[in-house]
Amino acid sequence: MRTSPRFLRHIGLTAIGALMMYPLLWLVSSSLKPSDTVFTDEGLWPHAWALDNYARGWVALPESFEIYLMNSAIIVTLSILGNLVSCSLAAYAFARLRFTGRKLFFALMLGTMMLPGHVLVIPRYVLFDKLGWLNTYYPLLVPHFLATNGFYIFLMVQFMRSLPTELDDAARIDGCGPFRTFWKVIMPLCLPAFATTAIFTFIAVWNEFFEPLLYLTDPQLYTVPLALRQFMDSEGQSQWGEMFAMSFVSLAPVIGFFIAGQKYLVKGIATTGLR
Amino acid sequence: MTVLLTKPPALRTAVPKKRKRRPDRAAYLFLLPWLIGIVFTVGPFAVSLYLAFTDYNLLTAPRWSGWDNIREMIGDATLHQSLRVTAIYTLVSVPLSLAAALAVAMVLQRGVRGLSIYRSVYYLPSLLGSSVAIVMLWRYLFGYQGVVNRFLGWFGIQGPGWTSDPHFALSTLILLHVWTFGAPMVIFLAGLKQIPVMYYEAAAMDGASAWRQFRSVTLPLLSPIIFFNLVQSMIASFQTFTQGYVMSGGTGGPAESTLFSNLYLYQKGFGELDMGYASSMAWLLLVIIGGFTAVNFLAARYWVFYEN
Repeated sequence: MRTSPRFLRHIGLTAIGALMMYPLLWLVSSSLKPSDTVFTDEGLWPHAWALDNYARGWVALPESFEIYLMNSAIIVTLSILGNLVSCSLAAYAFARLRFTGRKLFFALMLGTMMLPGHVLVIPRYVLFDKLGWLNTYYPLLVPHFLATNGFYIFLMVQFMRSLPTELDDAARIDGCGPFRTFWKVIMPLCLPAFATTAIFTFIAVWNEFFEPLLYLTDPQLYTVPLALRQFMDSEGQSQWGEMFAMSFVSLAPVIGFFIAGQKYLVKGIATTGLR
Repeated sequence: MTVLLTKPPALRTAVPKKRKRRPDRAAYLFLLPWLIGIVFTVGPFAVSLYLAFTDYNLLTAPRWSGWDNIREMIGDATLHQSLRVTAIYTLVSVPLSLAAALAVAMVLQRGVRGLSIYRSVYYLPSLLGSSVAIVMLWRYLFGYQGVVNRFLGWFGIQGPGWTSDPHFALSTLILLHVWTFGAPMVIFLAGLKQIPVMYYEAAAMDGASAWRQFRSVTLPLLSPIIFFNLVQSMIASFQTFTQGYVMSGGTGGPAESTLFSNLYLYQKGFGELDMGYASSMAWLLLVIIGGFTAVNFLAARYWVFYEN
């Protein structure tokens, strides 16, 4: 009997999928095992269960874990708000308005998308130090309110350009200025692009490690990634179960947002090449 | 529709001159946050070039030191090692993950049942790949007693301490990068959908094999998208930081084998507060990234195909 190529294809794709999911499944499984069996109990289904890893991991670090979750949540929420407001305003100007310097500014914006951010790190740090912003959330938040991420502007420009210009014409004839047109006509139609921006911002900011590491020194202000790193510092006590439990807690929101917002994510990267 | 599109400018000339300035002002108001933001990008950009030629420790004013930093960089073996690590990582992991992305996209594009499930499963890791939790997990998966070595043990192979042996530590991070091939894959899938079916039909009618169709239809038409991804991922990969930092606990070890350039820059600038030297390194890396990008653009003439 001949096996159909279609069947073989499914076997191959499933095998790749299983291989890719294995690390995540292993993480979840290890978060449910007692620390001393994490590396000896090989199966994904634990022989002995240690559900209290979550309870003990929650309070294993200098601050209780909900403090870190709250810190991250505050930063993420404000960053999303900042990106949505500042990038949509800029995108509307680029996509719909005519003004002197438009081409130059647009080229500059595209240029910043390609500019490696690492050259800005030291001068910005010096600036934030002079402003007295070290050990506050300002260095993490303010750039988002100033539309410094060209990707989101580009995404929204692309989206707004796909809307018919007759809408603007109709609004103008009805006596709307650019602000009313933006607020009443364009904004409501751009909700899918906003959703994409919000989800990408969420994931990028939630995972961000470098900037919080640079600017936050007070453990009470730590974000989730900074908090997790502390498990590695106290490795000697081998709290693996707790560490993997909190690792999973840190990944769960991203996985949740991914499942909820898949449609927008796939659309977003397909139109801009963003990831 | 084109008629409508061209009309407004014609109308505009009839508007008295005074009112012509209004749209400009409104546009600048919309752009205001971005305009302030661009000052905070272009300004630091220039300042970092200045700092690259100074001796600066944040506490006292920067002191002009001419070519000192550059001379120091020429003799700094650790810097050379960090550039080597970054270059190897980029030149191996970027082509590998793009190739994996393209291969899987080609299979998925042929229309399999459950496409959206496969796509989600392959895509999810790319959202998690740079998180601290996953890099930490990687460290334990590949540890001496980790899962990977247990698995190899079933076949009687004693694996090395992947993360503690300088020969292998970087390769585990390359694998982590390949694990995140889902993002370019989704982009490729979208690109493949844009290729008109009739091209394939015409090729098939001329007797082109599947491989020939891939070489002569798919690859040329997808090449602008592949190129864009290649450029973007190389720029991003040259700036890798978190992976090296978390894998080595901030040291870049074992034996500097995961000392990415940006990790060394961080150690110099924020560990030793040698910010002038760190700025020099930032610019060196910028020049290197620019060089690689330029090479990419030059090479693109020979393989990237633009319709019309």
